[in-house]
Amino acid sequence: MKQLRAFWLSLLSSARDLSPIIIVIAFFQFIVLQQPIPDLANLIGGIFLVMLGLSLFVYGLEICLFPLGENMAYAFARKGNVWWLLAFAFALGFGTTVAEPALIAVADEAAKVAAVGGVIAETEAAKQSYANGLRLTVALSVGIAIVIGVIRILKGWPIHYLIMTGYLGIVIMTAFAPPWIIGIAYDSGGVTTSTITVPLVTALGVGLASSIKGRNPMIDGFGLIAFASLTPMIFVMLYGILVQ
Amino acid sequence: MSGLSNFLIILLETVRDVLPIAVIIFGFQLFVIRRAIPQLKRVLLGFVYVILGLALFLQGLEQALFPLGKLMAQQLTDPAFIYPGGEPVGGMVHWTDYKWVYLFAAAIGFATTIAEPSLIAVAIKANDVSGGTITLWGLRISVAVGVAIGIALGTFRIVTGTPLHYYIIIGYIIVIIQTFYAPRMIVPLAYDSGGVTTSTVTVPLVAALGLGLAATIPGRSPLMDGFGLIAFASLFPIITVMGYAQLSVVSKKFSINHQ
Repeated sequence: MKQLRAFWLSLLSSARDLSPIIIVIAFFQFIVLQQPIPDLANLIGGIFLVMLGLSLFVYGLEICLFPLGENMAYAFARKGNVWWLLAFAFALGFGTTVAEPALIAVADEAAKVAAVGGVIAETEAAKQSYANGLRLTVALSVGIAIVIGVIRILKGWPIHYLIMTGYLGIVIMTAFAPPWIIGIAYDSGGVTTSTITVPLVTALGVGLASSIKGRNPMIDGFGLIAFASLTPMIFVMLYGILVQ
Repeated sequence: MSGLSNFLIILLETVRDVLPIAVIIFGFQLFVIRRAIPQLKRVLLGFVYVILGLALFLQGLEQALFPLGKLMAQQLTDPAFIYPGGEPVGGMVHWTDYKWVYLFAAAIGFATTIAEPSLIAVAIKANDVSGGTITLWGLRISVAVGVAIGIALGTFRIVTGTPLHYYIIIGYIIVIIQTFYAPRMIVPLAYDSGGVTTSTVTVPLVAALGLGLAATIPGRSPLMDGFGLIAFASLFPIITVMGYAQLSVVSKKFSINHQ
């Protein structure tokens, strides 16, 4: 009974999370475009699925992804072997990015742009190898980003100098990169961090910062995702320069 | 029936996406840490919830919201809607003609960000770690406002055809200046909130809007000009989250001075 009630409450909170989307769509559909909703039953069914999915996800987050990320952080801190921790950080960044569907979509799009721009041949094979190269580049850069982020937590470096260096790197690369890759490169920063990676990586960072003496989980624990969305921009532009 | 088989495909795809993560975690757990995971059964059950939840979430989005949202993006960027009287005057595109597009961009950016699962995750964690100082809704709304501004500005950029990197570089300069004045505690979280905004819900809708705009405006090509909206959506939340923290510091000082 108690569980059922908790589930009902979480469904309600998911409904609240979704209400802005419904309001926006209704407003533009009825008032601006002045058209009826094409398939109302389907829409309501879909919204119910989204609500149910969101509730299950948030519940799973609290009993699985958060504790898992934190336990790994504590275990590595207790083990005291930095190299294994860094290897794990790299594997997590690389492994979760290389299969990321949003990244696959962006890489394919980038290959199309490159083919139209005459950078690579207009064949399926050339496009495929270009897209795969781009995906590996981005995955590599996210792996490196998480490693840098973990070293920063261990050393307690302030985050803003590292981020500013990253910004400087992006600005410099923008000056040298071929113009057609710049838009893709800037967008690639946003697509790397998926819905499952984010909670795991956040819990890992916070867990590390709270298990090391003298680190503040708020100041030192966050920031891993920031690195993971910064380095791909630099690496994709580098890839554009090298393949040119 | 097609809905069910469609759901099974999405479920399998979600499992495939999660597989590398599971292999890495359990591999390190078994071979490096060599300790049993505490409450293993509960964690595995949670994993099932996460996968099932994500699959249902995606199924619902693809069944209902994405087709409608994409259709609306197409209709709003359609020249027939923007110029009800026929062709634009003298064949020139004026940026004010696209006012509904900016409004839609801002509204849909805000609304999808509120429903973004990874932002919910980070907000829960931040609320936890800060001992409640950072509220769930405070963070989520300031991030959503950032995405709204970012995407609206991004559509404006596509309409006017101005170079992307100028906007981004100016954004970076604002971020750097704010970093020195914002409360130290918020800075890493603000940087993180740039990366979490754009995933499952926001990217497909925003991409449809960008491509629709770039395809219909004379002189723009969807391949070259359709990009950049996601970059805007990951930059502006950094500014608004730090701004929100700065505002709350200022308003606290103000109320103390006036007591």
